[in-house]
Amino acid sequence: MEGNHAAVARGRILRGRLARFPVKRILPWIPAVLFVGVFFYAPLGTILRTGIDAARESGWESLPIRRAMDVLGFTVFQAALSTVLTLIVGLPGAYLFARFEFPLKRILRAFTLIPFILPTVVVAAGFEALLGARGWVNLALLQSGLIDAPIQFLHTLGAILLAHVFYNTSIVLRLAGNAWERLDPRLTAAARVLGAGPWQAFTRVTLPLLMPHLLAAAALVFLFDFTSFGVILILGGPAFSTVETEIYIQALQALNLPAAALLSILQIACTLLLIVISSRLSERAQAGSGRVGFRAARKPGSIAEKTAVGILAGMLFLLFFLPLAAPAARSFLRTDPAQGERSAVDAGWTLDYYRELFYNRRGSAFFATPVEMAGNSLMAAAATAALALLLGIPAAALLARPRRFDRYLEPFLLLPLGTSAVSLGLGMLLVFSRPPVNWIRSPWMLPAAHCLVAFPFVVRGLKPAFAAIPERLREAAAVLGADPWRIRLTVDIPIVLRAILSSAAFAFAISLGEFGATAIIVRPDFPTMPVGIYRLLSQPGGLNYGQAMAMTTLLMLFCAGAVMIIEREHTPA
Amino acid sequence: MLELIDIRKSYEGKPLLEGVSIRIDRSETVCLLGPSGGGKSTLLRIAAGLESPESGRLLWNGEDITRTPAHRRGFGLMFQDYALFPHLNVAENVAFGLRMQNLPADRIRRETGEALARVELAGFERRRTADLSGGEQQRVALARALAPRPKLLMLDEPLGALDRSLREQLTGQLRRLLRELQIPALYVTHDQEEAFGVAQRVALLHGGRIVQSGRPEELIAGPVSAWAADFLGLGTVLRGTVKSVRPLRIQTALGEFEAQAAPPGPKKGEAGWILLRPGGGSLRRGGGKTAGGIRGVAVESVRRGEAYRIRLRTAGGVEVICAQDQPVEEGEERIWTPAAGVWIRG
Repeated sequence: MEGNHAAVARGRILRGRLARFPVKRILPWIPAVLFVGVFFYAPLGTILRTGIDAARESGWESLPIRRAMDVLGFTVFQAALSTVLTLIVGLPGAYLFARFEFPLKRILRAFTLIPFILPTVVVAAGFEALLGARGWVNLALLQSGLIDAPIQFLHTLGAILLAHVFYNTSIVLRLAGNAWERLDPRLTAAARVLGAGPWQAFTRVTLPLLMPHLLAAAALVFLFDFTSFGVILILGGPAFSTVETEIYIQALQALNLPAAALLSILQIACTLLLIVISSRLSERAQAGSGRVGFRAARKPGSIAEKTAVGILAGMLFLLFFLPLAAPAARSFLRTDPAQGERSAVDAGWTLDYYRELFYNRRGSAFFATPVEMAGNSLMAAAATAALALLLGIPAAALLARPRRFDRYLEPFLLLPLGTSAVSLGLGMLLVFSRPPVNWIRSPWMLPAAHCLVAFPFVVRGLKPAFAAIPERLREAAAVLGADPWRIRLTVDIPIVLRAILSSAAFAFAISLGEFGATAIIVRPDFPTMPVGIYRLLSQPGGLNYGQAMAMTTLLMLFCAGAVMIIEREHTPA
Repeated sequence: MLELIDIRKSYEGKPLLEGVSIRIDRSETVCLLGPSGGGKSTLLRIAAGLESPESGRLLWNGEDITRTPAHRRGFGLMFQDYALFPHLNVAENVAFGLRMQNLPADRIRRETGEALARVELAGFERRRTADLSGGEQQRVALARALAPRPKLLMLDEPLGALDRSLREQLTGQLRRLLRELQIPALYVTHDQEEAFGVAQRVALLHGGRIVQSGRPEELIAGPVSAWAADFLGLGTVLRGTVKSVRPLRIQTALGEFEAQAAPPGPKKGEAGWILLRPGGGSLRRGGGKTAGGIRGVAVESVRRGEAYRIRLRTAGGVEVICAQDQPVEEGEERIWTPAAGVWIRG
């Protein structure tokens, strides 16, 4: 009898355990886990294997390793220099926004947000239109007769640094500016009363209080400069290469995939380290935040102050406005050098470059017209948005109310975010360009790669929206007769609809501008707009240049459209 | 008829419901009354199917529904904060339950209109719920719970978020509506006036159990414990012992008082409680002998209903509550001779 009871009890416990095994929690994860597994972890594994094999074969003292170290050295050097310059430009800007009210402040603030969503290729094309051999500055100098030949601004370290400053000053303005705004101005006043001069008050009070935020901003800027791809490739030119561009060059130009894989391992290790540092620093900055809701901004007083504010605001405006306006304006300007006279330029306004978007000129290196490229981009972007939502909505809904099991999955799913885009592309090229899964020519390859980048953003965007749905509403629906699926359809989804639309637009914008992974896996006969712009810019001739500017303008408009949706859906009605 | 049998549930490891049994008959309104945090809402959620009990059973007309999920029970629940869907307008909120029954569109429209008319919100169909006042939101929530014609209606502190005058007005409306619809209802509140105003039967939940259940007048006439008498605000409850049985006299720290007791009466020397109701006795100015009264200083005098409730503090620091139709200046001394008290076992 005793034994029988024990067996029954054991059986009950076992059945209880089985019932508690979270089958229902695992099922909704399967699509996302399968996707990330196939398109990220399998490629990552292949990169590791290929790279380690390469290192073993050639030995640790070999040429590729030494080359990789040289490239890494330059990458760190340019990133550090860019970061310092960005801080130098950004700090006065942050002070300006934190402490002064001035006309058009809101418009300038909106301008400073633009680089966050601008594709790198557009930024590169913007500086090309401004400072390139055919850019506005050289055109003006040539026209005025000050110079006989265009000045070589681009393909220099300066061009890289300038574009990085343009790109990342926004981060300093945001992080340091917000912290500065929350800083109680009475602290500085107290220091002054206690006998500190303005400079001493700044270095002894303001700077130490801002330091955590400055470090967090600097770490993020350094990370972005370190992994920068389009800017280095287009504005730096062949003379400069960072780890990210060198992966691309080794993979597609030198066709040395093992060397590319080796560089990719280096890049992934470095970015992971930088991400850990950066998130630690921003956590620390967050923890030390001062009180919120403080307003210390005032109108500039003295004439000197007014002049300083005006000049600084004007310079920031030019920094953010010119690289955007230059390609748009340049796309309407025809410049045909007159025969035989190298310096004389016959310029005039034209719509030719937009007309040319519809033609594929004989002898052009393209298989597609620019308009077809725009179509490709839009299709890929739509597919990316759809895929990212399909995977992201269930993931976000589960992570909004996580059990322990879900928490373990989150970093696993979000790791692609911390991987360089070119490495994502390389991994996919390594895995999918040979049997058993020869998918590299599939039209779904590009959306899949873009989705790896967009999916984590979608999850991060939707998670708080799902978490904010009061449990009460679901219970009310259940009591009114809604089964769990109908609760999802009639309560959850309608309530987070705005967030879903906004995430979709974000995924769409990411796909439109994605260049790193695209550059590696794109099919030659299926180029997207960033690829097309890059190709046009690397071709000689005024027509190619004009077309590149027209395409850049078009891409900018598409992105602006996506951003308008994001912003509209973010602000509650 | 809903029966909850020996329901047990703990919250964060501490027992919250320790064997609650309660029955709601056909077209009866039962009020679950008890202090906040006592498990009333949890019991309601168990009845609704939103939580499952650790042990115990739920029967609907004798059929076990303990494991039936909320959406198949066909009960209505009105939430404390209403839980109106913010993405739906008033009509869509009310129609939600009807939609879940996959009724034809014209019938949904008709019944939604009827439900809104019943709570006097006809014409509010297209309004956004966020734009409504608290009282209007409360009525939308009621209409939403009633529209699908639930077999049982549950209300979780339905008037809790409203101000006092609105609450008094709506208590009456709610009672009439529940009687009219002939729908069994389980009503949760911590406010005894609301409970007595709405319910046909009141169940007192205390310490994880139903300590007393009966018609409001039964509870008022014969509280089963000192806690019940105190919680219901019936008057002053004093510890005492039986000094004589016939007539029944109780000795307390404040003196000796006459009392009545439900049979079987107490034995001589038995310890228990006496409830002294505020009304019915006499209150005279201090000075002279205390003689069978309680001498104290008025510390509070507030108008409550038709009379003034006066709180006296004795020299020993004990507070008693009495009533008369005249206010008393705070700080003045009075001698209160209560009417015969009620003996409470314990």
